[in-house]
Amino acid sequence: MEDDFKVNISNALQLIDGDLPVQDITNAWYEEFRNSNYGAIITFVGIVRDENDIEGLSFDIYEPILISWFNTWQEKAKKQNALVLMAHAKGDVANHRSSYIAAVCSPKRRVALELIDQFVEDFKKSAPIWKYDLIEGKRVYAKERSTQIQGAGILN
Amino acid sequence: MVKVEFLGPISNEALNIDINNLSQLGEILQKIENVSSWLETCAVAVNDTMVSSKDHVLKDGDRISLLPPVCGG
Repeated sequence: MEDDFKVNISNALQLIDGDLPVQDITNAWYEEFRNSNYGAIITFVGIVRDENDIEGLSFDIYEPILISWFNTWQEKAKKQNALVLMAHAKGDVANHRSSYIAAVCSPKRRVALELIDQFVEDFKKSAPIWKYDLIEGKRVYAKERSTQIQGAGILN
Repeated sequence: MVKVEFLGPISNEALNIDINNLSQLGEILQKIENVSSWLETCAVAVNDTMVSSKDHVLKDGDRISLLPPVCGG
């Protein structure tokens, strides 16, 4: 059984300039993992909404800490014989385009459903990514929608 | 000497300063106008590992990052 879970996860975390080519990314994951005997692949695709007169969103990513955060989740998934996958945009993404994809591959349905929930929620709280609204071509930090990372405020 | 970097929306150039712990860093950053209002909500990493105590001891060459509130996706 062990061999069933030996997979190439080189594409597990992808950080891409501009909006995400959703079909390319999700099709490549499907092709890569459908033969690995996972019974389920759950994909969450985040799409920029047209609201508050924004033209789109823009993102800064601090990659070293994002990679360690992601690797911690990969270890957690591995303990359940599952796999996490993620893609995120850097820079500007226009309304109605995709900025974020998360996915879980798992032999078990319940594991996949629970893991995608925990993985996406922790992403929102902890991943070192900063969001800006694009308004009249300018980046405005989305302060009200942002969340302090656990342990924030120690320098205050 | 340690290096201090400000991530995301904090508009301040990186600093190189001579300090031994994060308490001293807090005192210095309180005096910088662009930075002081962020301290309450910023998390801190030393050499890309998150730190939870102000007593964290710093050594020469450490790289400190200030992480303001996040919102991916």
